[in-house]
Amino acid sequence: MHIPSPQRSLLLLVAPLLLILLALSSNLHADSTAFIGATIYPVSGPVIEDGVMVVRDGKIESIGARSDVVIPSGATKVDSSGKTIIPGLICTHSHIGMGGGGDGSDPIQPECWTLDSVNVRSASVERARAGGLTLVNQMPGSGHLISGRTTYLKLRRGGKVDDLLIRDASGWPMGGLKMANGTNSQRAAPFPGTRAKSAALVRGAYIKAQEYRAKIEKAAGDPEKMPERDLKLEALVEALEGKRIVHHHTHRHDDILTVLRLRDEFGFQVVLHHVSDAWKVAKEIAEAKAPCSIIVIDSPGGKLEARDIQMENGMILEQAGVNVSFHTDDWITDSRLFLRSAALGVRAGMTREGALRALTLSGAEMLGLEDRTGSLDPGKDADFAIISGDPFSVYTKVLETYVEGTRVFDLSNPEHRLFAVGGRGAGEDQTYQCCGERGGQ
Amino acid sequence: MKFQVLLILGLALAGFTADLAGQQTIAIRGETIHTMARQADGQWMEPIKNGVVLIIDGKVAAVGPALAVEIPDGSRVIEAAVVTPGLIDSRSVVGLAGWLNYDHDQDQLEQSSPMQPELDARDAYNVREPLIEWVRSLGVTTLHTGHAPGQLISGQTFIVKTRGDNVDQAVLKSKAMVVCTLGSSGFGSGGKSPGTRAKQMAMIRQEFIKARSYMDKIDAAQADEEKEAPARDLRNEVLVEILRGERPLMITAHGSVDIQNALRLQKELQIKVVLEGASECYDYFDELKEQQIPVIIHPTMMRASGKGQNSSMETVAKMVAAGIPVAMGSGYESYVPKTRVVLWEAAIACAYGCPFNDALGLITASAAQLLGISDRVGSLEVGKDGDVALYDGDPFEYTSHCVGTVIDGVVVSDQPR
Repeated sequence: MHIPSPQRSLLLLVAPLLLILLALSSNLHADSTAFIGATIYPVSGPVIEDGVMVVRDGKIESIGARSDVVIPSGATKVDSSGKTIIPGLICTHSHIGMGGGGDGSDPIQPECWTLDSVNVRSASVERARAGGLTLVNQMPGSGHLISGRTTYLKLRRGGKVDDLLIRDASGWPMGGLKMANGTNSQRAAPFPGTRAKSAALVRGAYIKAQEYRAKIEKAAGDPEKMPERDLKLEALVEALEGKRIVHHHTHRHDDILTVLRLRDEFGFQVVLHHVSDAWKVAKEIAEAKAPCSIIVIDSPGGKLEARDIQMENGMILEQAGVNVSFHTDDWITDSRLFLRSAALGVRAGMTREGALRALTLSGAEMLGLEDRTGSLDPGKDADFAIISGDPFSVYTKVLETYVEGTRVFDLSNPEHRLFAVGGRGAGEDQTYQCCGERGGQ
Repeated sequence: MKFQVLLILGLALAGFTADLAGQQTIAIRGETIHTMARQADGQWMEPIKNGVVLIIDGKVAAVGPALAVEIPDGSRVIEAAVVTPGLIDSRSVVGLAGWLNYDHDQDQLEQSSPMQPELDARDAYNVREPLIEWVRSLGVTTLHTGHAPGQLISGQTFIVKTRGDNVDQAVLKSKAMVVCTLGSSGFGSGGKSPGTRAKQMAMIRQEFIKARSYMDKIDAAQADEEKEAPARDLRNEVLVEILRGERPLMITAHGSVDIQNALRLQKELQIKVVLEGASECYDYFDELKEQQIPVIIHPTMMRASGKGQNSSMETVAKMVAAGIPVAMGSGYESYVPKTRVVLWEAAIACAYGCPFNDALGLITASAAQLLGISDRVGSLEVGKDGDVALYDGDPFEYTSHCVGTVIDGVVVSDQPR
């Protein structure tokens, strides 16, 4: 677009001011904000009626009953009465942005990383914000024994994946390692054709990683003696050392136990995902202290190994003492309705407290991020959702979603609302079209 | 597991009681009974508080407040917080598409030809499919099921009750609709025609021209003994039923262009059309009204990508407000869930602005009307089938349970789900 030069210089002058104003109005970093009068579910403690939560610099500063919290002078006061505040929802297994991992060349590709393929401008990412999600484990698929490294994404607003990454103390983007067993990863060679072959290939890979690690240890920092860098083995060594949590797709009861056997052989940390047959081996899972990230599907089946999936999985695992989280597996289920998964868990016998924890704090624990998110506690990131009522009612709507104190979804904003309810223009493909505002972003 | 034993016992019991269909008198007490009957002015009747539905010989014999309905001695009495008519899924593939998703239980789509109206759904319906038991346990008593979208004309549908030991016992209406798919999901695989939308339309037009000529020959032979009737042709016989207005062409179309094509086909062929899926129908309410085309809308939770990329959870609310006849189906999923549950889909429509009665109507009375079976099912009125669903709370609420399902006066499910 051609803009005449006088107007252009004015625009250049005004634009930064506008940006600053925008920054001030849309995020809370500059000062503190108090959300007053809501029913608050901190998850780490009992429900607070008529509560106050003060947010400052992207963190929760204080939280409690109205009578117990001192609202800082100068704080922006937000009337949240009649509403409910819950921690931002955490999806431990998501494919929003369609980030993929390895290709068809090898069943074991830990060198691949979803970070390199996820599209954070996808409508599916917008829909996740509309569902109250603040953190997802962005996973590659299950068509490999090891399909790649996963990426933990905070759903901050941003046009590039870097804007959404979570970095560890050394600045390295955080994520886990996706593994799978059962029928999804069995196909023509070089992929395995049987379960025993699947396990043997995984053992072989981790033994190589152990040898690689031994060489590094033996080198004791001497660059001359260090082995050639190997991206595959580096990721597996991180898994062996507990720096990279293994997120393991598994359905059938015996496949679940195979995962636990391999874990014990090599000592990696594992979260069991999907776990359709969990109800059959809940005792064994509990004894192994293995956390489970489960899914709720509207009818059983879809494939033979998921035939016996039950909505009672959440209840049975909870009663067995297993740490449970829910996941969307988006696009398998819709992130906008993530609360519904836990509500159906309650329908099938899970406690309300357990179900809400399974959408939040338990998920944070499974990603190793419980120190910074997952519950509403002073010092934690201000990741939360404001919803219109009971978290487990069909009639409740997600009104607003905040990541680190910044509002990333607002149902009253028509652009955001489009993704929340759908309609013309809400489509995924819009991102790739040549014309129109969203296409250019 | 104990509940598996219970399940087997339950199934055995259901099989046993099925033999007694119509023998027993059942009285269903409900704190709230949504009869889904309409008043003379077309408005929904108010629900009955503290009411009774009496079923004798498989048919509703009385409905009303408890004080007004006398329960005969020896009746089996069942109680629930909320009572509705048995639910109707207006567009399903259950029974043809099975839960395992393996070749041996996937009979919903024949890929060998784009044009197969002769395929009769009765020949592929597996009455023992576990998904039937699943939806029944959630209150679904009637399925409009059959061939899936995916070929230009992929076959027929029929209507069943979710009970019976064989297809003949299950069937409510053997000839329902004929399935047509417009848009890219109806393109041929492996380079086979149709490969474009224009080709789809041309092929349909040509096929109906042939069928009309076949029909004319039959008519001519009937009018004149001298003239010979054409040789029997299964494909043309079905298309002639459409041309004669005896059954509708159910066109699955989602995108704007495809819905426009469905509207044009109806005008050109002067046939009964039911629009199915219809993600973007919100742009064509005037045309749908003018052409009297009812809509079986996609499940509210249909994936919001691909053909459903512009679908909206508020479409149903808008349709109801605009007065478009609408019912809801579970649709077709190629992966999971192998069936959606219409109770839950209507619930989301209700949560997104559709009034409660209209949302419940999508899966009861309005569905029966659209499917042409309202003389039998869809509302709890004297003389209609004794098909009832029972709940322990608001049926749409996530945490309520369906606590019982009754078909033709037979309790077919009584475990809370």
